Amino acid sequence: METRFIMPFMNSIKNVFGTMLKTTVGFGQPSLKSPGQISHGVSGIISFTGSVGGTIVVCMPLIVAKDVIRRFTGAIFEPDDPDFIDAIGELVNMIAGGAKSSFGREDVAISCPSVVMGQDHQLFQRKDQAIIIVPCQSEAGVFHTEIGLKVSQAAEKPKLAAAG
Amino acid sequence: MKVLLVDDSRTMRNIQKSALAEIGYTDIVEACDGQDALSRVKADTPELILLDWNMPNMDGLSFLKAFRVENKTTLVIMVTTEAEKSRVVEAIKAGVNNYLVKPFTPDQLNQRITETVNRRKAG
Repeated sequence: METRFIMPFMNSIKNVFGTMLKTTVGFGQPSLKSPGQISHGVSGIISFTGSVGGTIVVCMPLIVAKDVIRRFTGAIFEPDDPDFIDAIGELVNMIAGGAKSSFGREDVAISCPSVVMGQDHQLFQRKDQAIIIVPCQSEAGVFHTEIGLKVSQAAEKPKLAAAG
Repeated sequence: MKVLLVDDSRTMRNIQKSALAEIGYTDIVEACDGQDALSRVKADTPELILLDWNMPNMDGLSFLKAFRVENKTTLVIMVTTEAEKSRVVEAIKAGVNNYLVKPFTPDQLNQRITETVNRRKAG
């Protein structure tokens, strides 16, 4: 499990929520996601490419997402409103971008965000990719972040060679 | 001063609009990606552009490079999650006048705009 990516995401979530929502976030114990685990509410997804590849997902129950968006935008949007989806996408974009900048790797790129909604939705994961779930507690409620990233083998080789 | 907001997120454009209103900028036009922005600059001739980097169709850097071929004077501030030093350098080389990393407070955005406009006036 690639634990080195946990702290950049915790720091970025704290920074985004603190700056844009004026709210604090606490974290629970990270754990491995079970294959086939169901998600509820809304999931914002960003892909990473380059020497670090994979995806990150921020999952929130709808009631939490509504309050997060209210604090973020100053407006109340229902889940069927395009602005609801847009706001979740932008929030996840900022979280991913903030974490990426602390990887210390200049060649990593992030995708535009995708948003999935539904009471019981399932996000499939690659068999060779462990996903770490980080529970998050904010004043808007409880949500979690799934981190499924790994350094490409090509990017690791020089380090291993240098280490002898 | 007419301002063009270029961001694929309507949420972010609305946040920027509110911040701009606080410092008296109300003449605002919007574009949802680089391609859209290229057509807007011809029709609306903005004096300041707030430009996101990661957007579908045409990203902010590609827009900036195309825009600067014909326009060297309009002020452009990159407002983006891209915080790596190499990205900032790339944007400066392409002709950006200032740079602001998301997330930001309204005060930080307004401060960056004011310093960019004042620098132009002084220069």
